[in-house]
Amino acid sequence: MELTHRELVTAIHGMLFGGFFLMALFGGFVLLLELSDSGMCGEASARPASRWQTVYLIAMAALGWAAVLSGAYIIYPWYRAVAPAGADPTLYPKFLLTAHPATAGWHNFGMEWKEHVAWIAPMAATMVGWVLIKHRAAWNASCQVRNAVLGFAAAAFLAAAIAGGWGAMINKKAPVQGGRTYQLMGSAK
Amino acid sequence: MREPNTTVQSPANGSVAAAVLSCGFGCFLLGVLAVAADGSKGLAAALNFYTPAGPLSGVTTVMIALWLACWAVLAIRWKSKHIAFAKVSATAFVFLALGLLLTFPPFGDLFLGR
Repeated sequence: MELTHRELVTAIHGMLFGGFFLMALFGGFVLLLELSDSGMCGEASARPASRWQTVYLIAMAALGWAAVLSGAYIIYPWYRAVAPAGADPTLYPKFLLTAHPATAGWHNFGMEWKEHVAWIAPMAATMVGWVLIKHRAAWNASCQVRNAVLGFAAAAFLAAAIAGGWGAMINKKAPVQGGRTYQLMGSAK
Repeated sequence: MREPNTTVQSPANGSVAAAVLSCGFGCFLLGVLAVAADGSKGLAAALNFYTPAGPLSGVTTVMIALWLACWAVLAIRWKSKHIAFAKVSATAFVFLALGLLLTFPPFGDLFLGR
């Protein structure tokens, strides 16, 4: 059982950073709903964020930035590299997809959408975390603040789900692969 | 469980308004830059900060820089102020919606007349 270097890094990007970010966003959204329900708007309480909430929200945003930065600067260059004449096309996913009309949409629609919309998620997650950690009094005091933050948290989840979903499907159609091979189990025959 | 319950007078919302509005503005900038780089070869070349990643590197770097700059400027100007949050929030959501729309390829293509 083997895994190439690019497959391993792509798995870290998508399954570790991206997957955990998506789960963290969902958990964060539930946390926001819980906090919204825990008191009446306008209670003007200075109750601060707990330590675990602070750690959770920072980790959530960090996972999002790790996902988009690793995607844009490590995986995407492998994905979009121009295939030299006579090269194995399976090592050049964009080339492989756009070479056939039946698969070109996975790049022209899916990747074009994913590569941009993904960035909305960590940006919104950062804002949500910032408000919850640094400005809890304003959150506690205003329904408008709560609704705005909840709306951006929902948008972050939507953007991350679109990016993650397309990423998984595109990698299924034309996997990013190549580089050094790691032997995970058993012996190569 | 710790239950601090310090009562405060209606806290200033300027810093929160700055964070929300700049976030919406950043989403809008992302959409605008993505469509503009797609429609202009000159701009795409100018935004090609890191060749292996292509114009995406410049689009996102410029977007992040302007988002953070906008956030910093608004946060300084609105610090300790009470802002009409409903208007700020509505503007931020319009920006967010436009950003989401512009990053949707069929809408971007429509905008570019393709």
